[in-house]
Amino acid sequence: MSTTDDAVLALSGVSRAFGAVLANDRVDLRVTRGHVHALVGENGAGKSTLMRVAYGELRADGGEIRLKGELIPRERHSPREAIRRGVGMVHQHFMLVPTLSVVENVVLGREPLRRGLLDLAGPAGALRELSRRFGLEVEPRARVEELSVGERQRVEILRVLWQGCDVLILDEPTAVLAPAEVRRLFGVLADMAASGLAVVLITHKLDEVCALAERVTVMRQGRVVDELDGRVVSAATIARAMVGREVLLRVERGPRGAPPGAATLLRVDGLRVTRGEGTDAVSDLSLVVKAGEIVGLAGVEGNGQRELVEALVGLRPQAAGSISLAGRELSRLGVGERLAAGLGHVPEDRLARGLVLDFSLEENLALGRQGEFCGWFGLDRRRLRVEAIRLLAEGDVRPAEPLACARALSGGNQQKVVMARELSRPAARVLLCAQPTRGVDIGAIEHIHRGILAARGRGVGVLLASADLPELLALSDRVLVMFKGRVAGQLAGAELDAPGAAERLGELMTGAGGAT
Amino acid sequence: MTRAPVMREALVLGISLLSAMAAGSLLILALGESPAHVYGLLLRSTWGDSYGVGQVLFKSTPLIFTGLSVALAFRAGLFNIGAEGQLMLGGLAAALVGASLPAGAPAALALPLVVLAAALAGAVWGAIPGVLRACFGAHEVINTIMLNFLAAALVLGLGHEVFLPETTHTALVVEGARLPALGLAGSAANLSFILALVAAAAVWFYLARARRGFELRAVGLSPGAAENAGVRVRATWVAAMATAGALAGLVGCNFVLGYKHYFEEGMGRGAGFMGIAVALLGRGHPLGVVLAALLLGTLSHGGMAVNALVPKELVDVLQAVIILAVAASSAALDRGAGRAGQ
Repeated sequence: MSTTDDAVLALSGVSRAFGAVLANDRVDLRVTRGHVHALVGENGAGKSTLMRVAYGELRADGGEIRLKGELIPRERHSPREAIRRGVGMVHQHFMLVPTLSVVENVVLGREPLRRGLLDLAGPAGALRELSRRFGLEVEPRARVEELSVGERQRVEILRVLWQGCDVLILDEPTAVLAPAEVRRLFGVLADMAASGLAVVLITHKLDEVCALAERVTVMRQGRVVDELDGRVVSAATIARAMVGREVLLRVERGPRGAPPGAATLLRVDGLRVTRGEGTDAVSDLSLVVKAGEIVGLAGVEGNGQRELVEALVGLRPQAAGSISLAGRELSRLGVGERLAAGLGHVPEDRLARGLVLDFSLEENLALGRQGEFCGWFGLDRRRLRVEAIRLLAEGDVRPAEPLACARALSGGNQQKVVMARELSRPAARVLLCAQPTRGVDIGAIEHIHRGILAARGRGVGVLLASADLPELLALSDRVLVMFKGRVAGQLAGAELDAPGAAERLGELMTGAGGAT
Repeated sequence: MTRAPVMREALVLGISLLSAMAAGSLLILALGESPAHVYGLLLRSTWGDSYGVGQVLFKSTPLIFTGLSVALAFRAGLFNIGAEGQLMLGGLAAALVGASLPAGAPAALALPLVVLAAALAGAVWGAIPGVLRACFGAHEVINTIMLNFLAAALVLGLGHEVFLPETTHTALVVEGARLPALGLAGSAANLSFILALVAAAAVWFYLARARRGFELRAVGLSPGAAENAGVRVRATWVAAMATAGALAGLVGCNFVLGYKHYFEEGMGRGAGFMGIAVALLGRGHPLGVVLAALLLGTLSHGGMAVNALVPKELVDVLQAVIILAVAASSAALDRGAGRAGQ
């Protein structure tokens, strides 16, 4: 029933600049009913900008926006207008009030009244109906702060549906979800498309695109560079269109296993870490990382991986156990002393822990190494500048401009800065890497993986915590699986190459694997 | 990268001064005077002769100290509303130590001692909210405000013991503990102004070059990232508040050591709060703080001279408009520059 003319959302020649940077350059896009339409591209390619223009959050500098065939004057466009015409958007960062209930969040801004009083019973019923119809289970009366991340996302989607929408735009919806939740969300989105909605999915995860989207629009540097059919193209084809060159989706590596006779660098014995409430986040955990070995740490989020890494760095107190680096006990040392002793840390939360966003790149590269750059007359800016230029070039950071503000960089380039810094510590012997490629574009992922493998080649021991199983399988010599704060099992060497390795890890992650 | 922000700051200040002058002109016209005449008199009485210059420097000196105090704490992510109390105790300490020295104490010994006393008293008073923040997470805004009241009460309470009978001031400090005047036509300007400039240079060096200053800025912008880089965040808070308190405590030099030679109840009152405005006007940068303090010092002294023509409250209006305009126009420029990226 869809002809070429019934695009519910049509953009033609849309441009938008931020200062001197052209984020969107005369972009054309047509979204039709009944399809999942993926908008892919590297970080900074202009995907989110384009959708925020379509949603009316950002004003276009030029071009036409049509909703259901009707031209919307640029200066009159707004989210309110978009919602009125059936366009809804779910942002990457949720916009919910944690202390309010699900239904209160949904009606916020357009509260229905009955006899002058707030009517929550009506919407709650409507929400239950929508939940049932689309498989978006969530209790309307629950408070948002008690919900998991996946449930919060469902609330965001329900809010858009409740407002009534024909076009649902989702910005990187899977970035925060566990694999099982991703599958579930995709089922929901496919159902929505089948029921006649248009779904626009902003993503840079190619397997997702191939799994779900019938139409794929590829953006690069603010322009649409390709339109593909997601059902027939391969991930490699999309990757090439996104980056503009061949990309290795899986980096080359040597045989698995630590080099023979490698010394033990990091030894953790009987480590116990408690959460704020006194429950154990990590209990009686022991592990060993040898020189030149990458030890993967798998697990569903919330099973203690974050707490383990933070306790190893010294950001979180340990309740019991010992941590030693090349025979030296670290338990009683502060973060700074542990870094000096040879730990490196690529934190999970890049924005809050990895970088000072308002510092320049060179200042960020000096973080944790400030002592090295201080001479008799304070910070040696010249030496720092020389080192920064070298690291930025080696780390393939763009722009390789020591005075650029870290905030202005894309996520991938920010992460490259963190990696470059942690790998550059002269004393670094063990690198703790937490989710090093989360929210990072594929060009940067390749570079980060190469950096981790290069460190391994130099004899650095790496503990790699990741929610990305393919990443763990590609890089690790051994993979430990954490479940409820303990190591539930491990896969090593050939086991990781055996067919079904991912499934085996999956079983261990859900506690179904039993002890090995 | 560095040129653009400087131009922007200049633009902010230019816009603010112009709008303040415009608002002031309207007010002057409404009072039936000529704006050109009033502004001319204001300028002549301040920067027109060496006495005027001296008085401006004298009035600017405490503002430089308190402006630096607020700015330094701010760079560490803390809001020091307590300069008022810190400067009171700094002044009292300088006066008490200065008065208790033997009469013939040489300046080389006495001066460092009294200056140190002022800084130390301020530092202790500043460190208290720093420790409360670091150990218990108590917000420094509330605590610095409360400590202002405590400081005032402490001065009165101690005054009972240390003030000269029937007065509200202490005994004179010994000759050796006095800061010489700058010799500007009998104005009150004294060596404290130079001391304030030295303090500004030291704060600049600390923030831009020193290792601890680098760490302090990291803590101010992102405590999480600073902690991850091995910086001791809580210790940095305490150190920043103590240093801020010391800077405010040095205000005592200007009045006690350089002008009256005794501490008097109410001395320097208001300079602590004006320090917040100075730090805002100076955009948290030591050079900006010095310039902002000179501007407000000029208005403060110029107000006396134009009082014959228009009420001296005119300068309060000018001050207020400048501060409002700086706050508003810098926010507007931030918005206009937009968030780069997506």
